[in-house]
Amino acid sequence: MLAKRIIPCLDVRNGKVVKGVNFEGIKDVGDPVECAAEYNRQGADEIVFYDITASHEGRGVILDVVRETAKRVFVPLCVGGGIATTDDFRETLRAGADKVSVNSQAVKNPKLISDAAEIFGSQCVVVGIDAKRNGKGGYSVFINGGRVDMGLDLGDWVKEIEERGAGEICLNSIDTDGTKAGFDIDMLNFVCSRVKIPVIASGGCGKLTDFSEVFEKTDASAALAASLFHFRELTVGEVKQHLKEKNIPVRSI
Amino acid sequence: MIAIIDYGAGNLFSVKNALDHLGAQSVVTKDAKELEKADRIILPGVGAFPDAMKMLGATGLIGTIKEQAQKKPLLGICLGMQMLFDKSFEFGETDGLGLIPGTVELMTPPGLLIPQIGWNRLLYNEKCRLLDGLGDEPYVYFVHSYAAVCESRYVAAYTDYGANVPACVSAGNVYGCQFHPEKSGEAGLMILRNFMKL
Repeated sequence: MLAKRIIPCLDVRNGKVVKGVNFEGIKDVGDPVECAAEYNRQGADEIVFYDITASHEGRGVILDVVRETAKRVFVPLCVGGGIATTDDFRETLRAGADKVSVNSQAVKNPKLISDAAEIFGSQCVVVGIDAKRNGKGGYSVFINGGRVDMGLDLGDWVKEIEERGAGEICLNSIDTDGTKAGFDIDMLNFVCSRVKIPVIASGGCGKLTDFSEVFEKTDASAALAASLFHFRELTVGEVKQHLKEKNIPVRSI
Repeated sequence: MIAIIDYGAGNLFSVKNALDHLGAQSVVTKDAKELEKADRIILPGVGAFPDAMKMLGATGLIGTIKEQAQKKPLLGICLGMQMLFDKSFEFGETDGLGLIPGTVELMTPPGLLIPQIGWNRLLYNEKCRLLDGLGDEPYVYFVHSYAAVCESRYVAAYTDYGANVPACVSAGNVYGCQFHPEKSGEAGLMILRNFMKL
């Protein structure tokens, strides 16, 4: 039986760790390589770098971060942000990433998912989704950091993502992101009931019981958090200890 | 010196990074002489079996690998482990290196996802020096759809994925890990350390 994964996410801009609250008001703290090494020590099952560097030239910087991290951290690394082509996939994987995450570009060009899955294998293709309640009982997919409504239905989109061969979905709820009121259980169940590929829960966790709740009430395979770990409100180890006490299978170190 | 066989498959540098971190001398190579000179060999692998055997065949190293496996420890990782067996049924039927008796077949775990991607637990079977000092059956990182089918005596550890799936195998000097030790945190590093001591 697979362990439920705890995944810290590091938002990186120009080679530095940042974290936005509801995608705005970003503070600049920390060296991503050091942060990743610390999360590894705490027992992170995977580490995500999300590159929010605006310019294309900036891509070299995140690749250096990945290269340095891959020399020190021996758990899977996932990199997202600004990935638009299969060449971006290739250079990111070559730098030492095990998985690559695509979001807005996959919405604009869904073929990117199937092309990447065919060339590099489904296991390294993660599709990130930012979604929000549409006020009509469903959910809509947003792009560009949650700013642009694509008028795309979440249910249709996750089906297409799976059919195109993605290995995983990382579902971020814009409704709960930054609220610290818990993961979006309803949205996660909506997605988990529609696909067979693993779903990573993202957005909204603020306390220990949010992690046990998401695994008790949904079929999510993993839970991702950024600021909670980044500002050391909780450690990965504390989260895993809590899950263990709740008899949820986790990897302990 | 550990020779990491380069036949065009991925993840060579993850393995190299892990060995560097452990202070082991290693070289990524497709040169038969390097394999002869090395005191240990690693056969990595990501991708599909028929392509990988074809690429390995193109390097002209198959004879050397079989010969060197009689003399020194050889570790196959993931697809590299599957290649140690007699044959695989991934996309038809393809001969492997035939260093461990058995075949490689698609997993069919009822109600579980294929590929298996994630952290699963080692369940010890036969004693094996590769797993020395790991303590209480650790979680290691798997990414695979196919799995070895072989006699229990070649299996150092299984993992439970709908059924008992060989996770770590050995026969003489030949060792294989279905999981990725280079991505399995401290437990994986310990396994690589053990391999360096064989």
